[in-house]
Amino acid sequence: MKTSLIRMQAIVIKELLQLKRDKMTFGMVVMIPFVQLLLFAFAINTNIRDIPVGVIDHSQTSLSRILQQTVDATGIVNFTHRYYSVKEGQAAIDSGEVRAVFIIPKDVSQRLVRHPTVGFGLPPSSKEETSRPIAQWLVDGSDSVIAGSIKSLRNMPLAELLDKPANRNTATFEVTLLYNPEQRSVVNIVPGLVAVILTMTMIMFTSAAIVREQERGNMEMLITTPLASLELMIGKIFPYIFIGAIQVSIILGLGYWLFNVPFNGGLIQLALATFLFICASLVLGLVISTIAKSQLQSMQMTVFILLPSILLSGFMFPYEGMPLPAQYISEALPATHFIRLIRGVVLRDVAVIEMSFDMIWLIGFTCFGLLVAAFRFKKTLD
Amino acid sequence: MSNFMSTNATNIDTTDESNEFAISAKKLTRNFGELTAVSALDLNVEKQTIYGFLGPNGSGKTTAIRLLTGLLKPTSGGVDVLGCHLPQEANKLRMKIGYMTQKFSLYDDLTVKENLQFISRIYGLSANEQKSRLSELLSIHQLTSQSQQLAGSMSGGQKQRLALAAAVIHKPKLLFLDEPTSAVDPQNRREFWEQLFDLCDQGTTILVSTHYMDEAERCHKLAILENGIKRADDTPGNLMNNMAAQVIEIGATNLRQIKESLIKLPQVISAAQLGTHLRVLVNKEESNPIALLQQQPCLNVTDKLSIVRPSLEDVFVSCTGQEGPQ
Repeated sequence: MKTSLIRMQAIVIKELLQLKRDKMTFGMVVMIPFVQLLLFAFAINTNIRDIPVGVIDHSQTSLSRILQQTVDATGIVNFTHRYYSVKEGQAAIDSGEVRAVFIIPKDVSQRLVRHPTVGFGLPPSSKEETSRPIAQWLVDGSDSVIAGSIKSLRNMPLAELLDKPANRNTATFEVTLLYNPEQRSVVNIVPGLVAVILTMTMIMFTSAAIVREQERGNMEMLITTPLASLELMIGKIFPYIFIGAIQVSIILGLGYWLFNVPFNGGLIQLALATFLFICASLVLGLVISTIAKSQLQSMQMTVFILLPSILLSGFMFPYEGMPLPAQYISEALPATHFIRLIRGVVLRDVAVIEMSFDMIWLIGFTCFGLLVAAFRFKKTLD
Repeated sequence: MSNFMSTNATNIDTTDESNEFAISAKKLTRNFGELTAVSALDLNVEKQTIYGFLGPNGSGKTTAIRLLTGLLKPTSGGVDVLGCHLPQEANKLRMKIGYMTQKFSLYDDLTVKENLQFISRIYGLSANEQKSRLSELLSIHQLTSQSQQLAGSMSGGQKQRLALAAAVIHKPKLLFLDEPTSAVDPQNRREFWEQLFDLCDQGTTILVSTHYMDEAERCHKLAILENGIKRADDTPGNLMNNMAAQVIEIGATNLRQIKESLIKLPQVISAAQLGTHLRVLVNKEESNPIALLQQQPCLNVTDKLSIVRPSLEDVFVSCTGQEGPQ
């Protein structure tokens, strides 16, 4: 037992020395989370503003101009072009010059005064005359997020256009937004980014670990020693637990200072969730390492895991929106469970133990993976 | 220079006195699919000797060593190494043997000292043992001044000394060396063999594979391997004396043509040019080989023929190449 510990310690020291000499990798440990956090946190935004749109004003009245200004004032769209016919407007959408065209009809003032929401106290009518919309949007609907933003303009209040007090409609439902009342995307993205970056670096480092020993011929020597495969595995992944911890601190620290991402949960809970995920990722990397024949192959397999971890884990698109088969795949990825855990801990201040399913899943994954890796490693010798 | 080692070696020796052989293999066979890498190998290696495997590339030397170290499981047959029956007791054996691989297999990006520290930890040496053993090894293998140098930046000879130091760090009773001097100049090779004889003298049994004749000649005993089959097995001296051929040296001018025609004779095993001479191996059953050769029309009366003492290379040539094209 004691000699076993010494042997694992030997591997750990060796890994750290090699990492110290490998300046590039060492730099990546810090630079990957730093650069990616800045990039993604600034870049990814689902609250879309300033969509370039064009306008076709058949009315050419002061009212039509005021209408444009009111729409412009929402900040969602930005009138960048002016067209004179619907045909011209459609061509502009085709060529990608604008995302949508706002068509103001000739009789916009009549439509406006008769419109039920602007209303002159008229009861809502189903008569053709009064139920006509005021103007029309022609939208490039291929991107559902952009289309959704413009669709949100459909019921924008226009009463103040006629100097009338906005009639306060009573909402059907009261909606209270917890945890992220301002609806800032970055609040959701930064904790998720921890999962993506850890998946990338942890799997990448360890998937190359065993393969590298094989490629450089060191394995030939290691297998002649009393070193057991499980000892080698544990010794190999141990240093990376600390590297993972450093990366998590960088991401969450920068998220807190630069992007004002709230940090509601306790540090111990965070450390626990992260530790579980790092172990699961490292073990996944080890399994890859025992399958791959070269470092190139191990990189390819890492990417194979990384893409679904970004797209299916709930980092970018909500889990609930996926069809059932995709949800099964999602459940199989350690990143999915970790994203639930870390969003819970960081944003909602939940203890990891309260999300026991995800916790147990990660522990089970780690143990199972370690056995598979140790078993597969043995087989590669003979 | 290494009292420490010799005293210790005698201590370990008491553990398995029961068997006089360090290695004894019976009908050891290993197949890789269709290919038989090692075929029915019988082997007895006496303790405290240097035993050589001589054979061309692909003759099964490395596979044989891997079978004897327990890294590979034999397809059939069995082997006892230092009282451990393989493959069942392979793990028990690990602590007792050292293995120096054909290719340098320590870490290029660690220093000499870090490499040795790593290996000593792997073998579970305590901190105190480690310190004294390391400085001892560094001085024996003349690496003290390079101890802070990265292994990858060292010369072939230095790397090889480091590899040997690493292989004996836990004082193994049996040392396997797989073509240890293939990347080393003759001077370094001489010094390396001095180290091996020192180790042997202190009680270590050494098994070394090689394709260099001069190296093979230094071994106490030798097995000639070809296509996984042991062709001969004796001391280098006996092998040369009991060779199944006589060696005739011919001094002539048109050696290439002479060789072409002599090689066609059924009694001639081989002919090889060595500078100004042609070395011809003739079957031992031929009572007067000089007369036989002189009758050949390709030779002039003025050409000088003489029987010479066989070399190990002659033994190697006469033992191998009996099957299939050489």
